[in-house]
Amino acid sequence: MAALRSTSSRLLATASRHAFKSTAVMSRSMASVADATVESSPNASSDSRMKSIQVYRWNPDSPTEKPRMQTYKLDLNKTGPMVLDALVRIKNEIDPTLTFRRSCREGICGSCAMNINGTNTLACLCRIPTDTSAEMKIYPLPHTYVVKDLVPDLTHFYKQYKSIKPYLQRDTPSPDGKEYRQSKADRRKLDGLYECILCACCSTSCPSYWWNSEEYLGPAILLQSYRWLADSRDEKKAQRKAALDNSMSLYRCHTILNCSRTCPKGLNPGLAIAEIKKEMSF
Amino acid sequence: MNAQRLGLSALRQGAKPNVFFSNNVQRLAVTLMQTRPVTTSKLSEADAQSLLAQQRRQRPVSPHLEIYDKSQTYYGASIGTRISGSIFSGGFYVFATAYLVAPLFGWHLESASLAAAVGALPIAVKGGLKFLISWPFVFHAINGIRHLVWDFARGFSKPAIMKGGYAIAGASTVGALALAFLL
Repeated sequence: MAALRSTSSRLLATASRHAFKSTAVMSRSMASVADATVESSPNASSDSRMKSIQVYRWNPDSPTEKPRMQTYKLDLNKTGPMVLDALVRIKNEIDPTLTFRRSCREGICGSCAMNINGTNTLACLCRIPTDTSAEMKIYPLPHTYVVKDLVPDLTHFYKQYKSIKPYLQRDTPSPDGKEYRQSKADRRKLDGLYECILCACCSTSCPSYWWNSEEYLGPAILLQSYRWLADSRDEKKAQRKAALDNSMSLYRCHTILNCSRTCPKGLNPGLAIAEIKKEMSF
Repeated sequence: MNAQRLGLSALRQGAKPNVFFSNNVQRLAVTLMQTRPVTTSKLSEADAQSLLAQQRRQRPVSPHLEIYDKSQTYYGASIGTRISGSIFSGGFYVFATAYLVAPLFGWHLESASLAAAVGALPIAVKGGLKFLISWPFVFHAINGIRHLVWDFARGFSKPAIMKGGYAIAGASTVGALALAFLL
């Protein structure tokens, strides 16, 4: 960027100063290895708050090696408040081989879903516990195939989502030929359903989904199912219900309610599933 | 679109190496650049597919029951209801079968003889034994009602789930103590 800003006249005048300036820019944008070792050493100054973070590691390039937990130590005074900040800092400054998904860092993309201290949540929405005596443990989403480190294989999850036809199905055209209108009361029925970001936290927290993920749809996909069942504009309600009317797709839900307890967006998949069950029976 | 193109070409112009200081900067940049221990290599489409297939076969399943929050999976109403229900129905079948074949083997499983066998024990032991059976019994009964309420899509708010869990544990203890020592 320094090269972009500089004009040739300024360059001629102070070529040496520019060279110095551009090195400064570089060292700010990319942490150098030397800096990182100083910062991340455990014997830092006395007011530092060193926190141990254990992270699940598995490398597909050496598949015979068993998955292991690797411990990293970070000074909380120099780290952002969220778990994702810690992970990004580890990757930038200590270990660039650590692999995880992240994108929006504000809980809207659902990429950084992982198991933190025993509960599934989004790393970007989860604060690092400030108690430095306790270790923090980070695993990938439970009972998923691991692609690498904290990256789970969600192919099957997305296939299941596709199978419920997550789009508006209608045969009759709208009266005004422009848009499908809906009363305010009908629109309110979708609150608490449309906010789902499909991060898979709830599905992978469900023991029933752990054991039956081949056929059971799991809380996230069932919440989406109900989102289309509850939509007043959709006209394929009967077909949607018929697709769920078997012993596996819906009824493997035993109201364990890990889904409602874990949802990082504060939604209630357990309630959505109960509403589907109610609609199926009455 | 055109404006974007213009901007892009300006960027490219600016990014061209400059004779005056490029040598210096490049050398500095090489020393300051982060060195990556992992190198990448080019793969053909077919090679990439076969590598993916091979990796998929070897992927481990991430840890689940052993690492998940125990208060949610182990002591929950769902698995507790199932286990207590299995124990009671299994016990019922075992006792009923034993009662049926008792005359053939000369066993004494009538109520009177069972009461006589336990009656002689001190009250603490007697009550303790009864409590061991009555706690899961009351727990199972209350949870059955809770599941019926859930089937009407009620009681799903997060506070209700948490408070309900503690309330059922407390109520089962009170009920079980009453059954064990007062009945």
